[in-house]
Amino acid sequence: MKEIKKSWKNIPIGGNILEAGNSKNYITGTWRTFIPRLDKEKCVNCFQCWMFCPDNSISIVENKMVGFDYDHCKGCGMCVSVCPTKAITMEKEEK
Amino acid sequence: MAAKYIPLTGAESAAYAMKQINPDVLAAYPITPQTPIVMKFSEYVANGEVDTVSITVESEHSAMSATVGAAAAGARAMTATAANGLALMWEIVYIAASTRLPIVMGIVNRALSGPINIHGDHSDTMGARDAGWIQVYSENNQEVYDNYFMALRIAENEDVLLPVMVCQDGFITSHSVENVMPAPDQVVKEFIGKKKFKGLLTAEKPFTIGPLDLQDYYFEHKKQQHEAMKKVFPVIEAIQKEFAEKFGRKYDVIEEYRTEDADIVIMGMSSVMGTVKEVIDAAREKGIKVGAVKPRFFRPFPGEYLKKILSKFKAVGILDRSDSFGSLPPLFTETAAVFYTSSTKPLVKSYIHGLGGRDTTVKLLEKVVTDLQKLSETGEGNFTSEYLGVRE
Amino acid sequence: MAILLKDLVNKNVPLNGGHRMCPGCPTPVIVKQILMSTDHPKVAANATGCLEVATTIYPYTAWNIPWIHNAFENAAATIAGIESAFRALIKRGEIAEDRKQTKFIAFGGDGGTYDIGLQSLSGALERGHNFLYVCYDNEGYMNTGIQRSSATPIGANTTTTPVGKVSYGKKEPRKDLISIVAAHHIPYIASAAPHNWMDTMNKAKKAIEVNGPAFMDVISPCVPGWKIRTDEWKGISEAAVKTCFWPLIEIENGEWRLTGESKKIADGKMEKLPVEEFLKSQGRFKHLFKLENKDVIKLIQDDVDKSWNYYKRMAGYND
Ligand SMILES: Cc1ncc(C[n+]2csc(CCOP(=O)(O)OP(=O)(O)O)c2C)c(N)n1
Ligand code: SF4
Ligand code: SF4
Repeated sequence: MKEIKKSWKNIPIGGNILEAGNSKNYITGTWRTFIPRLDKEKCVNCFQCWMFCPDNSISIVENKMVGFDYDHCKGCGMCVSVCPTKAITMEKEEK
Repeated sequence: MAAKYIPLTGAESAAYAMKQINPDVLAAYPITPQTPIVMKFSEYVANGEVDTVSITVESEHSAMSATVGAAAAGARAMTATAANGLALMWEIVYIAASTRLPIVMGIVNRALSGPINIHGDHSDTMGARDAGWIQVYSENNQEVYDNYFMALRIAENEDVLLPVMVCQDGFITSHSVENVMPAPDQVVKEFIGKKKFKGLLTAEKPFTIGPLDLQDYYFEHKKQQHEAMKKVFPVIEAIQKEFAEKFGRKYDVIEEYRTEDADIVIMGMSSVMGTVKEVIDAAREKGIKVGAVKPRFFRPFPGEYLKKILSKFKAVGILDRSDSFGSLPPLFTETAAVFYTSSTKPLVKSYIHGLGGRDTTVKLLEKVVTDLQKLSETGEGNFTSEYLGVRE
Repeated sequence: MAILLKDLVNKNVPLNGGHRMCPGCPTPVIVKQILMSTDHPKVAANATGCLEVATTIYPYTAWNIPWIHNAFENAAATIAGIESAFRALIKRGEIAEDRKQTKFIAFGGDGGTYDIGLQSLSGALERGHNFLYVCYDNEGYMNTGIQRSSATPIGANTTTTPVGKVSYGKKEPRKDLISIVAAHHIPYIASAAPHNWMDTMNKAKKAIEVNGPAFMDVISPCVPGWKIRTDEWKGISEAAVKTCFWPLIEIENGEWRLTGESKKIADGKMEKLPVEEFLKSQGRFKHLFKLENKDVIKLIQDDVDKSWNYYKRMAGYND
């Protein structure tokens, strides 16, 4: 997403950022070289990956691990290493 | 109830004003000659005369840090310090202004070491002149008292939202008793009103204060500070007017004393101006057309006001109570700069006086009058500073 | 009430993705564990350092809660100001009903805590503000390029204690911050390690809910600083505890105890691993495995044993 840089007249004073959590609009997914993939068959929804993902990139919907937030996943592989059933694997990302 | 004069020191006048303001939070650390402010205010807290939460911090760095935290949370937060204390706060003094927090800080001006010295001069706050704070300098105890209320209103004004230092001279003002007329609590309460700014605890939604601000936006935020300062004088004028109506005492951005027909004037800030006025009265007796000009504010710098006022005179002696080693002192240089584009400008002479609390006596100021008379006759000035009364 | 993962995953995470911490940095996980341990409203203050810098690069913030960064050495004084403001505004009826249980948490790196911020931390603890201070301890000044701090262990290769012809890295043992904080006799103190999320979160919950100051020191293996792979920190966090390099301690109202794996080791129910198990996968200690440095490993082992025995004694175990 290309961000439009604003004039000093149109930004809050003091450097305050008024929209909490707006880093979700910043894409860190481009940092990846390896990408995690989920095998839903193997996943037992233990949510270990959710707990240990540093980038809040494990998507949980209705108590089920459904995949990854690829906009923000940096491909660190931690989810792979904590998954007890080997339901997640890393593969080289084609860009 | 008729208002009555009561005897108060400058420090007590500050504490009295702070009591009437009854800030949400005060975080301060003792340093001579500011200590009597903190001690007096602590008594008010101990006796339940205020319900301020007082944070007895372990250093001035933490005093300013906690004050910033409290103001950022949405509280009316105050602190007070002097010299080395201000220097220890330094880093956070800038952050308070950049974060646009309407903090009021009492300053009891004191020489900034070294060698260590506890007496009054302006080397502490003059060093902080680029920190982004508004600075108001008080000549006497009444002015100290009055300035606190005006400072609070200026700081919290929605067009401004900048912190203010309310300065008074160490010992000369802070420890001398004068008759001060305090206003009834109700008058103060109505004048200062309820705070409007919101903080982390009071804003409707969560937000972030103090992010990492890089090349792409830092410059824009500095421009905002720059522009905010430009809005300060109209706000001050309105507030001074309202103050006069409510408190019955009238202040201007620049105080002029017997300048109507003056040829020469002495300009300076804070307590020395009391003595200057005496000297002028005596010189007037002798028929010398001399007056005084006292800028009450140094930040923002009242350049436009000074340009208008000073161009009427033949010669101006500018008293600085601090040095800018390797250059000329601040009140002098900034005043001189104002006249760069003017065709009509007074002759000027720079004096550095009173460092480390050295008395600026009537005799020394009489010499200034004589110097200025000579200067206005010969037109031969030079652009150097004289250490007024130093032993050669 | 036990903290359950299946409940947590349905809650809002206080720190969003899109922040710019290194891939595989455990610090955001620590923040999540600390802040999600209770449902109270929270305000956070952050010292300058990786966490602050990388989560709030203007105009983006990863924080979903009210958050402030003031400077490097003053997170404790800043949160003290906020907590004081809270008490004042409560008195004056200016805090909304749903915010009356607000909790205050400060985060600082080990540099901002053990070193430059120690005075402001000590002051805030002594004054008894109601807050939790969390040190995410990556054992060095990482944000400025991996310099040593007083939390850096013996033998570590940092940019100010580089390994050279006549140097094996940092010479001095780590500062015992837990004991320094304990000397303030505050109601709650703990060390924690993020691989044991349940232990960390239980401690955080107590620390946040206790009345008065609380302190936690949480080990945070750093990818570039410790020279480890991005998927390695959990294992290293675990090895730190199992070697007793990083004992899991809890001090509640002056009473010391060991928790998690540390308790099991002290009780003889788990094996205490040699310190090499912690050192071996970290690039910052690589040089120690050369023949000429084998004495340094012994030095580290002695240091670990000495402090482990001390902590055990404090927790009521006899050697
Ligand atoms: C007063 C001051 N001195 C130095 C710095 C530079 N500085 C910024 S972050 C930092 C190191 C931070 O180390 P630590 O607290 O351990 O946090 P980490 O970066 O490891 O997360 C330093 C030295 C600063 N910002 N302010
Ligand atoms: S690879 Fe890393 S960032 Fe991506 S989902 Fe897994 S743990 Fe999260
Ligand atoms: S340098 Fe270390 S502590 Fe800092 S973000 Fe990277 S991994 Fe985390």
